[in-house]
Amino acid sequence: MFSIYITSFIVGGLICVIGQLMFDVAKLTPAHTLCILVVAGSVLDGFGLYEPLIDFAGTGATIPITSFGNSLTHGALAEAEKHGLIGVLTGMFEVTSSGISAAILFGFIASFLFKPKGSL
Amino acid sequence: MDKEKYAKLEEGITPKPPLLKNCIKAFLVGGTICLIAQFIALFYMTFFDFTERTASNPTVATMIFISMLLTGFGAYKKVGQIGGAGGAVPITGFGNAVVSAAIEHRSEGFVLGVGGNIFKLAGSVIVFGVFSAFIVALIKTILVKMGVISW
Amino acid sequence: MVMKGLLTFSSTPSILATGVTAGPLEKKSAFQAGFDKMYEDERCGLETNEQGHAKLMEAACMIALSKVDKIPSDTDFLLTGDLVNQMTPSNFFATTVGIPYFGMFSACATSVSSLLLAALLTEAGMSKLAIAGSSSQHNAIERQFRYPIEYGAQKGDTAQWTVTAAGAAAVAPYQQGLPSIERGTVGKAIDMGMTDPLNMGAAMAPAAADTLKRHLTGHGTSASDYDLIMTGDLATVGFSIFKELVKNQGITEFGNFSDAGMEFYGNNPDFMAGASGAGCSAAVYFSDVYQKMKDKEYKKVLLIATGALLSPLSYQQGETIPCIAHAVELTMK
Repeated sequence: MFSIYITSFIVGGLICVIGQLMFDVAKLTPAHTLCILVVAGSVLDGFGLYEPLIDFAGTGATIPITSFGNSLTHGALAEAEKHGLIGVLTGMFEVTSSGISAAILFGFIASFLFKPKGSL
Repeated sequence: MDKEKYAKLEEGITPKPPLLKNCIKAFLVGGTICLIAQFIALFYMTFFDFTERTASNPTVATMIFISMLLTGFGAYKKVGQIGGAGGAVPITGFGNAVVSAAIEHRSEGFVLGVGGNIFKLAGSVIVFGVFSAFIVALIKTILVKMGVISW
Repeated sequence: MVMKGLLTFSSTPSILATGVTAGPLEKKSAFQAGFDKMYEDERCGLETNEQGHAKLMEAACMIALSKVDKIPSDTDFLLTGDLVNQMTPSNFFATTVGIPYFGMFSACATSVSSLLLAALLTEAGMSKLAIAGSSSQHNAIERQFRYPIEYGAQKGDTAQWTVTAAGAAAVAPYQQGLPSIERGTVGKAIDMGMTDPLNMGAAMAPAAADTLKRHLTGHGTSASDYDLIMTGDLATVGFSIFKELVKNQGITEFGNFSDAGMEFYGNNPDFMAGASGAGCSAAVYFSDVYQKMKDKEYKKVLLIATGALLSPLSYQQGETIPCIAHAVELTMK
C-alpha cells in the first residue's frame, strides 16, 4: 500500500526526466515535447501497456501529460468495444473530460481574479 | 566569416545547459507533484466514495485548481524555472498553460481575449492527443475485427 | 565625404538633456541611481501593459524636455519606437504630445537609429529640437515574443530579461559644454543563421562586430581612441562571442569595452545572461553614459546598439534571426 507513494514519485519523476532530455538534448520547445509525450501515452495504451503502469505507479502515471493520451485512447477503445468503429469517434472524451473541463473552468475564473506580474 | 564557421564559434562559447542538474531537478519537482497528487487521491478515497481508479478524475481537477492558484500568484513560473520539464509535464503544467494564457489575454476581453486564447499553448496537446488516440483506436479496432488481436 | 552608411556630422549636434524612466524591478539595476523616474507599478498605474509602456516613454520624453525648460510644442520632431505590434505604444504616446512624428524601428537598436536620424535632421538645419528615444516594457514584449508572463517555461543561461525602461534624448544644434554627436555608422542587416530566440546575444554579435569594423575603418579611428565602446544588449554570451569576433579584426585590448545588457542588472543570475529590450541600451546610454560624459569622465565614446529583427511569425515559420547594429560616436569637448 505504501509502496505506491514511492513508485508514484519515481515513475512521475522519470517521465519528467524524459521531458527534460527532450528540452535540453533534442532542443524541442515545451509545446513539441508535450505533444510527443501525449502521443506516446496514446500509443502505449494501444499496446495495452499504460494501464499496468497506472496500477504500478498510481498518480506517477496519471498526473504526467502522457496520461492524457492514454485516457483519450482508452475511452475510444472502450466505446469501440461496445459500438464498433463509431465508438472510436464518440468515446474519446469519455474519460478525459475532467481535466479539460477543470482547466477551462479554472482558467476562466483565474482571468477574473488575477493579472500577470512581471516579477522574478 | 561564413555561417558554418560562425556556428562552430558560437557553439564553442555558448554555455551548454547543465544536463545532469536539470534532469535531477526535473525528477525531484515532477516526482513531488505526482506524490502530492497521490495524497490527494488518498483523501478522495478515504473521505468520499472513490476507488483507486475513479479517484483519478477529482485528483486531476484538484491539481489543476492548485495550479491555478500558483499561476495566479506568480509562483508557477518559479516552479517551471527550477523544475523545467518537472513543472511542464505533469497535469499542473497543462493547467498552468491554460490559466496563464487566460490571465494574459484578459486585457483583450472575455470573448476575443480569454475565450479565443485560452488554448493558445495547451491546444496543440489536445489536438495531437485526440488525433493519435483516433489513429491508435482505429488501428486496434480494425485489427480486432480482422481477428488479428483481441481486446 | 559620403559613403556606404558612414555619417559624419560636421555641425556636431548636441544632446541637450536626457530622460530615463523605469519599472519597479529595475531598482535592481546597476544603473538605477541615474534613472530619473522609477514607477512602483509595472503598468505605471494604468490598465494594460501596453498603456504602461506608452506612459513610460511619454514620461521619459517629458522629463528630457523639462530639463531644458521646453514643452512638446517647442519640439520639431519626435523619433521614437518600441517592439510591440507596429510600435503602438510609441504611436499612442505620440498622439498625446502632438509632435511631428517618425515611428522608428530597429528593434533594440532603436536608441541609436533614432539618435542618428535626429542628428541628420539637425545637421540639415531642419530641426532645432528633436526627441529621440526608445522603450520596452517586460510584460508587453515577453507576451508578444515568447510566452504569457505566468507560463512556467524554463529559461536557460543564454536567455535575457527584457527590461521595463525608456530613454529619451533631446537633440539640438551644437552647444558648448554638452556631449555632441560627431559620427555614426548605419548597420547592415546581418543573418548568420542563428535560430534560437532564447539566445539573442549569439544572433546579434556578428552585426555588432561588423558595424564596429566598418565604423573604425570607415572613419579612420582605432578602438583605443575611445574611453568607452559600449554595445547594446549582447549580454554575457553574446558579448563573449563579440569579443572573439573582434579579436579576428586585430583588436586585443578590451579594457574600454562594455555591454549595456550585461551590466544592466549587475551579475544577478536571476536575470540569466543579462538584460535586453529596446529600453535597455536607451536607459543606459541616456543616463549613466550621458552623465559621465557631462562630467568629462568620458571624452569620446562609441555606442553600438544591437537589435534582433525577428517576429514571432518569422520564428514560428522556421526563419533564422536577422540582426542589426547601429553605431553613434559621441564626444565631449
